[in-house]
Amino acid sequence: MSLALKSKFSLPNLRDHLESFAFVLPAVLIFCIFYIVPFYEIFKLSLQEWDGISLSRSYIGFENFKELLVDQGWWRSMWNAAYITLVALTFQNALAFALALACDQEIFMKGVYRVIFFIPPVLSEVVVGLIWSWILYSGMQDGQHIGLLNTALEKIGFSNLITNWLSNPKTVLTCIAVVHSWKGFGWGFIMFLAGLQTIDRQLYEAARVDGAGSLSVFKNVTVPMMLPVIVVVMILTILGAMQAFVLILTLAGSSGLGDYTAVPVTKILAAMTGQNRYGYACAMGVNFGMILIAVSFVLKKMSEQMKQA
Amino acid sequence: MISKYRVIRAVKATLIHIFLLTVTITCLFPLFWMARSALMSNKTIFTDKSLIPAEIHFDNFVKAWTQGQFGMYSLNSLIYTFSVVIGIVVISSLAAYAFSRLEFPGKNFFFYMFVMAMMIPLPGSFVPLTVLMTKLGFINSSYPFVRQLGYVLCMINVGLSLSILLLKTFFDKMPPDLEDAARIDGCSKLGIWRHVALPLARPAIAVIVIFNALNVWNEYILAMLLLNDIPNHPTIMPIQRGLMVFQGTYLADYPLLMAGLTIAAVPIILVYLLMQKHIIKGLSSGAVVG
Repeated sequence: MSLALKSKFSLPNLRDHLESFAFVLPAVLIFCIFYIVPFYEIFKLSLQEWDGISLSRSYIGFENFKELLVDQGWWRSMWNAAYITLVALTFQNALAFALALACDQEIFMKGVYRVIFFIPPVLSEVVVGLIWSWILYSGMQDGQHIGLLNTALEKIGFSNLITNWLSNPKTVLTCIAVVHSWKGFGWGFIMFLAGLQTIDRQLYEAARVDGAGSLSVFKNVTVPMMLPVIVVVMILTILGAMQAFVLILTLAGSSGLGDYTAVPVTKILAAMTGQNRYGYACAMGVNFGMILIAVSFVLKKMSEQMKQA
Repeated sequence: MISKYRVIRAVKATLIHIFLLTVTITCLFPLFWMARSALMSNKTIFTDKSLIPAEIHFDNFVKAWTQGQFGMYSLNSLIYTFSVVIGIVVISSLAAYAFSRLEFPGKNFFFYMFVMAMMIPLPGSFVPLTVLMTKLGFINSSYPFVRQLGYVLCMINVGLSLSILLLKTFFDKMPPDLEDAARIDGCSKLGIWRHVALPLARPAIAVIVIFNALNVWNEYILAMLLLNDIPNHPTIMPIQRGLMVFQGTYLADYPLLMAGLTIAAVPIILVYLLMQKHIIKGLSSGAVVG
């Protein structure tokens, strides 16, 4: 024992360890400065009142959180993000899953589809948002619609559906959610397809031999085998959709439609750069982060229970 | 004779293709519409409703490139992308190699620190990060280079955890024979990393390069908070930030804006098409591991 201890801390060994540690040192340094310090600071700041400029920061305990609990605008923004997330979870993921099922078979041009579906995800949110803001544009010139969607609606005889898509409080959030889904489904598709391809084909054959129909195979083989991938995609979808922000900036404009298009991230930014309330902005961040962690945790637990059942 | 079974199969295949083609068109049409609008003038865009414009104008691209400073924005984005990706590859491969192969006290602690960082979503961490960068003098420095360096360091940090994790998994699976041989030949640890581990890890590094490059090229929020131009200096903004400034300046000029968007989108689509095998492989392996 004492011999082992001795050799562990002997000089050549120490040199060896230091040399090895030098390999991780740059990563650890960058991580500490740009991740750990902000991580610590966000909790510290959330308990303070600070305008971002003055030298004095006053500790105010949980006042920021108390204010946040009754801040209607904040919870409204949370619901807006939840709405976008709900559309992404259902519409976007269902589409992604259906496409993956379609491409999991021996079909013509499978590779081409796979490449094309992943084009929207590689584009930036700024590009996607601005392209769609032009398609959904509701401006008129000489009594004629200019935006693609409204022009098309008029041509095919659905003039009654024409609206100011991005400035109508009733439609703007749905538009944002649909564009978010357009940008994101290809990514879910790739993940689902990869998962489907790991399922042993013999399982399908065995089920068929046992007389199971397509629907029954889907329910009893595909879905249970895919459960881990489904949960990962769901969690990542939630994290992505809840934090969507640039699409809102580009589709609804920087000020947006106020409460109609506010999401937590725009609220945090507004509290920080608009109102110079750094403490409050950090309290929002902490609150939002905890909600996200709680949701992912519940999903993970639920999937584990389903697996056992 | 055509059996009933074959008819059903043909109908099913047709339906699947109609479904896939519809989605394909939905994917590509907005991009086509962007390029089509970019080729029109500010007048014809209101009058010409055809799919292929009657007159084709390239001047939007010229105007965006010069007046809209898209040349500068693209160059800046290229510089940021290169610096961040090189930084991430060097730093993360060094760390991942050590976590996988070397021994030092606290190894597991530091490794799990990086893993935890990936699992905890920290929305709003840009608030304290901006405060920190101001305090460290990066944001308001009078030297453009310092401001750019601050942004590059933050972006390296963004991609670091995932890259370390990916590379460590790769190194763990790599047979140690070659490294042993190099060690017996008297190669130093750094030499083994450089001449044995890095070349062998090429497939994993390709994935890291592509994903981080896409991420930096498309990043907006940190660029908005950390990169402000210095008066009378060439712009230091990357292309996504430039697009937003551009959109604010030429609010109603949609053809011009679409030309700017095309300039920003085309390189990324080309890189993607060239690298799609690596990208899809990387994502797929992520899905199976996850």
